[in-house]
Amino acid sequence: MTIKLCTDTFDLKDPGSLKTYLDNNGYLAWKNIVKEQTPKSKIIEKIKDSGLRGKGGAGFLTGLKWSFIPLMDGQKYLVCNSDESEPGTCKDRDILRYNPHAVIEGMLIASYAIGASVGYNYLRGEFMDEQWKVFNDALSEAYEEKLIGENILSSNITIDLHALIGAGAYIVGEETAMLESIEGKRGMPRIKPPFPAIKGLYDKPTIINNTETLASVPKIMLNEPGWYKSLGVDDSEGMKIFCMSGHINNPGNFEIALGTPFSDLLDLAGGIFNQKNIKAVIPGGSSVPVVKGEVMMKVNMDYDSITEVGSMLGSGGVIVMDESTCMVSVLHRISRFYYSESCGQCTPCREGTGWLYKILTNIISGNGTQNDLHQLERIATQIEGHCICALGDAAAMPVRSFLKNFWSEFEYYVDKKESMVS
Amino acid sequence: MSQEFIINEELAGLINDVVKKFPLDKKRSAVIESLLILQHHNRGFITKNIIKALSDYLSVSEIDIYEVATFYTMINTVPVGKNVIAVCNNVSCMLRGSDQILSYIENKLKIKVGESTSDNKFYLKDEIECLAACNGGPMMQINHKNYENLTLEKVDQILENINDD
Repeated sequence: MTIKLCTDTFDLKDPGSLKTYLDNNGYLAWKNIVKEQTPKSKIIEKIKDSGLRGKGGAGFLTGLKWSFIPLMDGQKYLVCNSDESEPGTCKDRDILRYNPHAVIEGMLIASYAIGASVGYNYLRGEFMDEQWKVFNDALSEAYEEKLIGENILSSNITIDLHALIGAGAYIVGEETAMLESIEGKRGMPRIKPPFPAIKGLYDKPTIINNTETLASVPKIMLNEPGWYKSLGVDDSEGMKIFCMSGHINNPGNFEIALGTPFSDLLDLAGGIFNQKNIKAVIPGGSSVPVVKGEVMMKVNMDYDSITEVGSMLGSGGVIVMDESTCMVSVLHRISRFYYSESCGQCTPCREGTGWLYKILTNIISGNGTQNDLHQLERIATQIEGHCICALGDAAAMPVRSFLKNFWSEFEYYVDKKESMVS
Repeated sequence: MSQEFIINEELAGLINDVVKKFPLDKKRSAVIESLLILQHHNRGFITKNIIKALSDYLSVSEIDIYEVATFYTMINTVPVGKNVIAVCNNVSCMLRGSDQILSYIENKLKIKVGESTSDNKFYLKDEIECLAACNGGPMMQINHKNYENLTLEKVDQILENINDD
């Protein structure tokens, strides 16, 4: 039987309803914890041992993150990051509408484990029509069943969960920018340290986890120790949802074991359009370096294998490009995005992303020079590693990798003032 | 010009529900969702008078609200058409033909991206963010509702149905 953690309700009738979730062992892990009053340290240890890594992009070990929370009493917060906006990523939006109770149960277990009496799920504003409604309905259902709130299931445990909505800003997906946004401010990342686990929301200890990460927690708690670990490979334990998009026949979300060959994943997604050849893949959302298609066809979908070919697994947003793709146009589009979404706080990012976009616009309009290509490289190098948050790096990495892998195509565009492929 | 904006009982109720999610002394946290509520009530945009009213209501300074209103792209500080169209044209959708969809809509409505139609029926938002529906590209949102796997024919149908409202 195929194992699914976050997506197992997707194809069922009324996938987002409490009944469907309960019929599929939903809230069993949470009820056990409440009944047994499981020691917090035992839960954190189990998540640590499972090898679960953050699914939002950074891939940090979830259990380790939880263990950073100070043990002393006092107000603490849990934040679920549902501000899904990394280009090429569309998994959390499906979890929120087809399996919202797994997110809620994961939030409850995490809140309990870190000693937080309040948890917030921050959804991006563009999820207002569907996911926002479904998630809020699910919250109400769980409150009615006394799974959330005061004296949960007649215990002495009290945890309140709330849904929050954003209003359009990619940068809020950065965890400290999200805290600023929850405090009602512009989403400008904070300098770390102090890390949120020590000084987070309203300066209180706070843990921020991605939607898919938290939705994975209930099943890990429900199963035997070692179960989740056994699903993946070393250092890439367990499962991951990959969002397949671009030039493929069957775009969609596929939850598979980490370590699965990319070629198998591509088959699941129906292969390339019209039997064309694969040219390039961005394997983890538009922030990560692009990889040549022929290289990607030999790579397994786990953290280490993708790092070995110079990229990152990131958010799992896999963007596939066939041989008809103009790489100059794609990079131009990516650069426009980071230029627009830079919060403006750090000079290298604010100014640098603008220059990257302007130079690429020049090239696309047929006014580029060979020197512009070197200038792009120089600017990208000056942004990378010089900013408060990772958005600067996210803008620089595509530029450097596109140039490195497809230099001749950029040279051709500059010389002939047109695309090599069109 | 400067007509006072009144937060009526209904709006106050909605804003109070937002305020309740946060600690008692953290009303500022309610600014973003309150702005979305007030914008919806005011046909899609925020005015200085609305900011003044919210400032008084939440005891948050006007400038703190104004900087939020101008930072987040879903909050408009100028009047826009009644129905907001946002065509995703980030990488994944671009690879599946979103540019063609966008220019088709521009021609059909006789406006450029960032503009509203003269009858004020449509506002074509300059959508630069990925709308997180990459498995349904090309796609667009109209008033935040998703329309996916678009074709030119589909776009015609969708826009016509909105015209009928």
